[in-house]
Amino acid sequence: MDSTSQPTPAAAQADNTASVDRTAAKAAKPLRNPCNLCQSVRAILKRPKTGQQLCRECFYHVFETEIHNTIVDNKLFNKGDRVAIGASGGKDSTVLAYVMKLLNDRYSYGLDLVLLSIDEGITGYRDDSLETVKRNRDQYQIPLLIVSYKDLYGWSMDDIVKEIGRKNNCTFCGVFRRQALDRGAIMLNVDHIVTGHNADDIAETVLMNILRGDLPRLQRCTSIITNDTSEDSSGLETSKILRSKPFKYTYEKEIVMYAYFKKLDYFSTECIYSPNAYRGHARVFLKDLEAIRRTTIVDIIHSGEALSASVQANESTKLPTMSTCTRCGYISSNELCKACLLLEGLNKGLPQLGIGHTTKIRRQHEAANLASGLSTPTSLSSPSIDGSRSTDENVKVVTHIKDLGRLANQPTLDIV
Amino acid sequence: MDAKDSLRIELQFSGGMELLFDNQKTIHAKVPASFPTESTGKRHRTAIRDLIGWIASTLLKERPELFIGADGSVRSGILVLVNGADWELEGELEYELEDRDEIVFISTLHGG
Repeated sequence: MDSTSQPTPAAAQADNTASVDRTAAKAAKPLRNPCNLCQSVRAILKRPKTGQQLCRECFYHVFETEIHNTIVDNKLFNKGDRVAIGASGGKDSTVLAYVMKLLNDRYSYGLDLVLLSIDEGITGYRDDSLETVKRNRDQYQIPLLIVSYKDLYGWSMDDIVKEIGRKNNCTFCGVFRRQALDRGAIMLNVDHIVTGHNADDIAETVLMNILRGDLPRLQRCTSIITNDTSEDSSGLETSKILRSKPFKYTYEKEIVMYAYFKKLDYFSTECIYSPNAYRGHARVFLKDLEAIRRTTIVDIIHSGEALSASVQANESTKLPTMSTCTRCGYISSNELCKACLLLEGLNKGLPQLGIGHTTKIRRQHEAANLASGLSTPTSLSSPSIDGSRSTDENVKVVTHIKDLGRLANQPTLDIV
Repeated sequence: MDAKDSLRIELQFSGGMELLFDNQKTIHAKVPASFPTESTGKRHRTAIRDLIGWIASTLLKERPELFIGADGSVRSGILVLVNGADWELEGELEYELEDRDEIVFISTLHGG
């Protein structure tokens, strides 16, 4: 921002404090806490990343420009891309929608933006937050698609919690959401989904994945852009929808302050089913560290990136080969994708299916399929060899989970 | 102002913080103008540290641990603004309140 375009200190103070009379008298005093950039207006924010103190206008400028630079430096988009913004109505995705629209206009990205929301079916939580997304749709003039678990899977989260209780319900929700976003994106015919994951979120996820020893996820969570690929029946690689995180380097504090100063309309209630204790601990731990060492967040993201690079270099830790689910066609490293496995459990009244270690259950599933001759058995150790080419006439590949009900012969699963 | 024994403070809660305060987004509070210093017993002018303790003991009905930390500051992840500015620019816990100050508490803890 050009410093000459800044309002004079007096004008700015009168501007900022319309409701407080006494500041009019203070305007003559020397400016306390001047902005480090324009030097002429009172600072209102101390940046967590740099310690810099900024006035409101300079903060907006720096915040927006850094996100623009992230988008450009990482070549996230091509002109003409149709991009879905994953929108929950919460602070991150609301600011993301606002900033994407603003930058698309300001820098002529030429993107065709749409909002994509998932309705998990959680009464008293998601229904309210979706109202916020609908207001955002009107405020920002971006079309909105809402896809629901009930429509996609036949089960809302309320139904699932009724069936299985509150333990493990986040497993269902997490697995279903990732797929639902992709399915919504296919319905919208988009090339790319952007999500509001911020630097603090990513640092927490890095820490959690290290603590759990989850190297594949560690690798995925630090990438600013991911592109799931699978092999189609001819063995060619088919490109799927891109996902990216334009807020990868944006601090949560700045997102919240930006939303506060811009008076953006967002929804802020904790999910009623999710205490998410593990992330909560990681979060508090990082916040406490950050109080001692300012650079903690970027440091741990950097560590995550370095670790995933060394994981990649180490051949003994190969990532599972991706193919497609024989039932719904979604990308999966197993014969049956996690969502189909979870659904199978729900529909058979065996909700523990797919929770925790699933190898044994998958093996039983395969044995059952083998016995009934309904599906090509696939070796667990090399899922891509046969699994992706199961053009066996007995296997009907459905492209939509809703079509499952119309299958004449569903593979059966016998649990001893 | 020193003669007065209470300060008129406008408290604002957002980002989910209001849920701890019966969904009130704004509370006009009368806060004692001074608090006793623990070590000496002498009274000092009310600082934000005192305000946080005062809010936790008088306004919060339940689960004070969602607002106040063990160190007497706000729980990590809560942003504080003093008259429209980040409290980190205003001395944080040591900021001395003035009559008609506006203090905002924003939770960043709720999902995005």
